[in-house]
Amino acid sequence: MTIKTDRRSFIKVSTAAGGGLMLGFTWVACKPEAEHAIALAMPEEWYDVNAFLKIGDTGLVSIMSPNPEIGQNVKTSMPMIVAEELGVDWKDVIVEQAALSKDFDRQVAGGSQSIRKSWDSLRNAGATAREMLISAAAEKMEVDARECTVDKGIISHSSGKSVSFGEVASMASKQEVPTQVSFKDPSAYKIIGTDRRNVDGKNIVQGKPLFGIDTRKEGMMYASVLRPPSFGQTLETFDDSAAKNVKGVTEVIRFGDKIAVLGNSNWAAIKGKKSLKAIWKKGESLENSADHDAAMKQILKNAKGESLRKDGDVAKAFKEADSILDRTYEAPFLPHNCMEPMNFMASVEGEKCYAEGPIQTPEWTQNRIATATGLKPENVEIKLTRMGGGFGRRLYGDFAEEVAQISQKAGVPVQLLFTREDDMTAGTYRPASKYRIQAAVKDGKLTAYKLTEAAMNSNMYGLIAHFFPAGCVDNYEVVAGKVESNITTGAWRAPYTNFLGFAEQSFFDELAAEMKIDPVQLRLDLLENVKGTTDENIEYSGERMQGVIKLAAEKAGWGKAKDGVYQGFSAYYSHNTHVAEVAEVVLEDNKPVVKKVYCAVDCGIVINPLAAKNQIEGGIIDGIGHAMFGDLTFEKGSPSASNFDRYRLIRNIEAPDVEVHFVENVLSPTGLGEPSLPPAGGAVANAIAAATGDRFYKQPFIQYKDVIG
Amino acid sequence: MASYELNVNGKNYTVDVDADMPILWVLRDTLGLVGTKYGCGISQCGACTIHLDGTAARSCGIPVSKIEGKKITTIEGLSKDGSHPVQQAWIEHDVPQCGYCQAGQIMTASAFLKDNKSPSDEDIQQAMSGNLCRCGTYLRIRKAVKTASKNS
Repeated sequence: MTIKTDRRSFIKVSTAAGGGLMLGFTWVACKPEAEHAIALAMPEEWYDVNAFLKIGDTGLVSIMSPNPEIGQNVKTSMPMIVAEELGVDWKDVIVEQAALSKDFDRQVAGGSQSIRKSWDSLRNAGATAREMLISAAAEKMEVDARECTVDKGIISHSSGKSVSFGEVASMASKQEVPTQVSFKDPSAYKIIGTDRRNVDGKNIVQGKPLFGIDTRKEGMMYASVLRPPSFGQTLETFDDSAAKNVKGVTEVIRFGDKIAVLGNSNWAAIKGKKSLKAIWKKGESLENSADHDAAMKQILKNAKGESLRKDGDVAKAFKEADSILDRTYEAPFLPHNCMEPMNFMASVEGEKCYAEGPIQTPEWTQNRIATATGLKPENVEIKLTRMGGGFGRRLYGDFAEEVAQISQKAGVPVQLLFTREDDMTAGTYRPASKYRIQAAVKDGKLTAYKLTEAAMNSNMYGLIAHFFPAGCVDNYEVVAGKVESNITTGAWRAPYTNFLGFAEQSFFDELAAEMKIDPVQLRLDLLENVKGTTDENIEYSGERMQGVIKLAAEKAGWGKAKDGVYQGFSAYYSHNTHVAEVAEVVLEDNKPVVKKVYCAVDCGIVINPLAAKNQIEGGIIDGIGHAMFGDLTFEKGSPSASNFDRYRLIRNIEAPDVEVHFVENVLSPTGLGEPSLPPAGGAVANAIAAATGDRFYKQPFIQYKDVIG
Repeated sequence: MASYELNVNGKNYTVDVDADMPILWVLRDTLGLVGTKYGCGISQCGACTIHLDGTAARSCGIPVSKIEGKKITTIEGLSKDGSHPVQQAWIEHDVPQCGYCQAGQIMTASAFLKDNKSPSDEDIQQAMSGNLCRCGTYLRIRKAVKTASKNS
């Protein structure tokens, strides 16, 4: 066999297969991070087979986790996919977090897309390496490669001969990269589909430095930044004499309308910031939530906005209807409240910047830093740390941009930490929004459905308009209008649908009552209409949606609840995953209490069931928590809360039990970080309506004090 | 600045810091023990939970000047190698998602189990309700505390 080291051939292969470039890759020192006991000794030599993996001379395999780890557990699940195709025992794998690198495609944590979009490139990396190991082993054993098999890091020939990965690692790294590889049949999976614990679990429970806030660099100063107290205000002047007298404060730097205080500890920087005396210019536009509400209601009233989808003749159907259901749902702004407040470390030296911290979008952030500092993007190096939550907030690298500017001016490495107050008041909030949903019923059938959105800045994008019940109703229309605001808004866990899911699923419950049909049956009947659709915009599946609805109903014993237990149903497709939920409520002292949520999920192949269930449980609890308590309003541009004394998050004792069931199939996997959240609020609201007769049209639910106490 | 004698995880330290500096920042920025996390700074979230003479306390709200003479235990000192029953239970139930709040959760749970050897489910939920988790890992936290109570 010809031994080639032409790596460009691999580039062609993996590009064709949808990812995994490996141009100019160099391995950094490998740190063992696996939670399990490593069975094999640490190698003396590592051989890089491709950008995703290297194999040591002892047979230990190190796999790169390319995407940012935000708590969605990709640092375990993505390497599991590579390991599966490679044919290594999971206990012989260690995992390393990749930095931002051109070797990898889409290094983003967002939209629940990490697994779905990397499924092919991860399998390709493992399968390609497996074939190269087989080639090397066949050469070493002087046998036909086609008669070799791989299992648990051993390449075996049909004659009984075998060699280990470690023995042929060096040779394998020099093999010609195969132009075509085949992937394992799911029935042969040994790692995918099995429970594997978080590779960082042991480090997390010991408090090891993993997070952005734990980053340290020699000569690094800590910074705290004072920003305008209200959206719409700017800085006129400031007096920093008191701040400079605070022990440990080293420097005060103005940049734009912000003032950074640098110190030798976070405390010095925070205390220094509190000692600043700033005079703010009275803003021209200090906004109030009451005005936002009025403007959004006007949009709903006039159905003014962009038409995102229109089927049939909606107006005619409403004119001819026997009955019309018309409801409006309202939601406030929400801050993200990641438990780890925003932070980043940057060290700008001359033409170069080294930046390290928690970020969902390293590539975008690289460009943001470059633009803010005038450096070339290729001179901005970004290393990724574990993130103490993201939920969309860490898509926006404003804090990384800020700290790079501060470091550039200060000439030292700087770590910027938002206090909780900074984090909650300088947010990129989930936009406040309202939905009006109208349905026309004639001869016992749903004949028209119209959804109108009004949102601050913007919320819905085109794809959402093609979600259920699009394709199920002949006359269907979605219109989205917006109110421009200077309050920064952005993606928040399950963006666009985190509130829409509640609104629509609450509406369907009332619609079923109006049509005198069981709410589960109403959905199943409607979904019949979308089966076999040729509409390319419709990406949800009628069959898969019916599958989760039936599974959730079966597991929860829908319609057969014990006396005193009230059930609410909800089903929603988002982020390419189909989910159905049944919430159970009981009355305690005549007040509804959510006791349990049953959840059925179709995400295709479940990579790691243990972690997958964690995501579903968390999404449901997070969804219920924000539906119940999440609330942020603005008065004169200033948010109503700045810390957890006035902003309520769900607590342990308020969390219901969750029972998760996955639909078993071998379809390509989809993501789980978000899809269980949108249906949760609706399931709870419908169960509360069943228990009390009271319908909730606004979030948070705690404003319905007479119902829930 | 003043000088303070501290006992952290069985070791004695002398630190020269402001009297009002919360012990959280002394641990993180002066002593380099970053396992204890900053979450809110107003004792509302529990991310900064440590043990003072074995009792759970919020390190973000306690100035260094009020802590002399007390034994401080942080997550780094709970066990040498992650072998404390609470840490083991956390691994067994694969509790963490992002993991940021978990050191505080573990410190709260380990102090609680010292006082209540066989807690009821409701005791556990009550005891753990002072610690926020935005990822929503509360159910696994309950299970892990229950398991730890049996293995302690």
